[in-house]
Amino acid sequence: MVRWLIFLLLLALPARAEQVVLGLSHSEVSITADFNGSELLIFGAVKREAPMADLPLQVIVTVAGPSQALTVFRKDHTGGIWRNASGVTMDRAPSFYALASSAPLDDILSRSENLRHDITIKRAIRAVGISGKAGGVGEFREALIRLRTREGLYQVLEGEVSFREQTLFRTAITMPANLTEGTYTTRIFLIRDQEVVNWVSSPIEVRKVGLERFLFTLSREQSLVYGLLSIAIAIAAGWGASTAFRMLRNG
Amino acid sequence: MQIYLPIAEVSVNAFLLLGLGGLVGVLSGMFGVGGGFLITPLLFFVGIPPAVAVATSTNQIVASSFSALLAHLKRKNVDIRMGWVLLLGGMAGSAAGIVVFNYLKSLGQVDLLVQLCYVVFLGVIGGLMFIEALRALRRSKSGTVVRKRRERTLMHKLPLKMRFRTSGLYISVIPPVVVGFFVGVLAAIMGVGGGFIMVPAMIYLLGMPTKVVVGTSLFQIIFVSGFTTLLHATTNYTVDIVLAVLLLVGGVVGAQFGTTIGMKMKAEQLRFLLAALVLAVCGKLALDLLIEPSERYSIAVYQGQ
Repeated sequence: MVRWLIFLLLLALPARAEQVVLGLSHSEVSITADFNGSELLIFGAVKREAPMADLPLQVIVTVAGPSQALTVFRKDHTGGIWRNASGVTMDRAPSFYALASSAPLDDILSRSENLRHDITIKRAIRAVGISGKAGGVGEFREALIRLRTREGLYQVLEGEVSFREQTLFRTAITMPANLTEGTYTTRIFLIRDQEVVNWVSSPIEVRKVGLERFLFTLSREQSLVYGLLSIAIAIAAGWGASTAFRMLRNG
Repeated sequence: MQIYLPIAEVSVNAFLLLGLGGLVGVLSGMFGVGGGFLITPLLFFVGIPPAVAVATSTNQIVASSFSALLAHLKRKNVDIRMGWVLLLGGMAGSAAGIVVFNYLKSLGQVDLLVQLCYVVFLGVIGGLMFIEALRALRRSKSGTVVRKRRERTLMHKLPLKMRFRTSGLYISVIPPVVVGFFVGVLAAIMGVGGGFIMVPAMIYLLGMPTKVVVGTSLFQIIFVSGFTTLLHATTNYTVDIVLAVLLLVGGVVGAQFGTTIGMKMKAEQLRFLLAALVLAVCGKLALDLLIEPSERYSIAVYQGQ
């Protein structure tokens, strides 16, 4: 009898699969001249076609900015002075990375699942070359995470996802003012018993608009015009101030 | 009021930038230095990426120098003929300097070299000026006027002599061209207009009167830094026009005040203050090299993938 029950349960498994439905407060972030950061509200629900399983679900939300290639340098004391003596090149590191979860990460996520989906910040950074007497890459990766965490570019918000009735979840992520332009990716993972049950991703476009857009495009596509414009503005401002002051002095 | 800079991709307080520009503008008008050696480190401090800071400050130097130059032109304190001769050497020098800079860049460690350049040149020039100005100040206080003897040096023996009426000099053009070239090389490597090297070089090497030196130095700085701005804009895309406008609005106003202050002060006092300023910046940079930094790691993002 018990065996039959288990068999039936196994058969029913696909139908019982739980799916995430994702919502974002906005799928576009416009960088204007007075841009001062943005709060992103991520919410959603778990869609299921069968009763809930015994083990509770957990939710992990990640938001990743466009990847950059960068070098982390370390100053060493050589020849009496402190200088950048060694560096590790990171093939790709997200310019922004926020991770929010409904419970402490170590308790809810297995190593293998983290490896498979690159969920933690550490996994999102790929290191390649080492120059100088760098020693371990790990130390440099930790330094990168530490520096960017300080700037609010990397965030770990354990337990910051509120998850109600095993169905509705929501979290808020603060994006700082020093954002890089590009496509950001939001991912939601549903986790049960340290295994990823289901996940979805959705893009967020971070774009400069208006004057910011115009100047940025001009500087890349018409760099000579842009350069001459900069100098013209400088000369005009210099002349303008000088004339204004002369008029002030002469009454 | 926070403002987002399109090229630097950071958000900064607009009034802070106006203030920074103003402060450097005052110094630029007083001493005839472009202020590059001051504004670049200050921008780092505010959180502007180094590449953008270096490129944009050259543009701000054009503005504040132009504003100050006009004030000096009005008072006929500019030796334009000398300016052109210096510029001739300066352009050749900065072209050569960029070649050297790119070569060093390919070797890595260019940051360290720039820093060492700063420490050595600021230290030597600041130190010499400080001692000289201190002596001059003491002399003027004790009241004994020491007449400067017109020595016949190498300057007068070389060929290609030219009369520089505004400076009251009749010397060979070779020394000014060489000075201009040398300053041009350093300016390109250090990413500055070169005023702080040019001013003492004109006083001590060429024997030009201090009052004329400031205006003439500004004259040639405008061209050298304008040239550098264009190079940065077309090769590295690192000139941030919004940042530049904020800095230069403060800068041009500051430069006008600076020129007025400068006119009211004695030449020795001016030199003494400039020397103190140069030494202070040098000391700060030297300490950065000598003292263990609180954060040993730094991030360098590759521009444009």
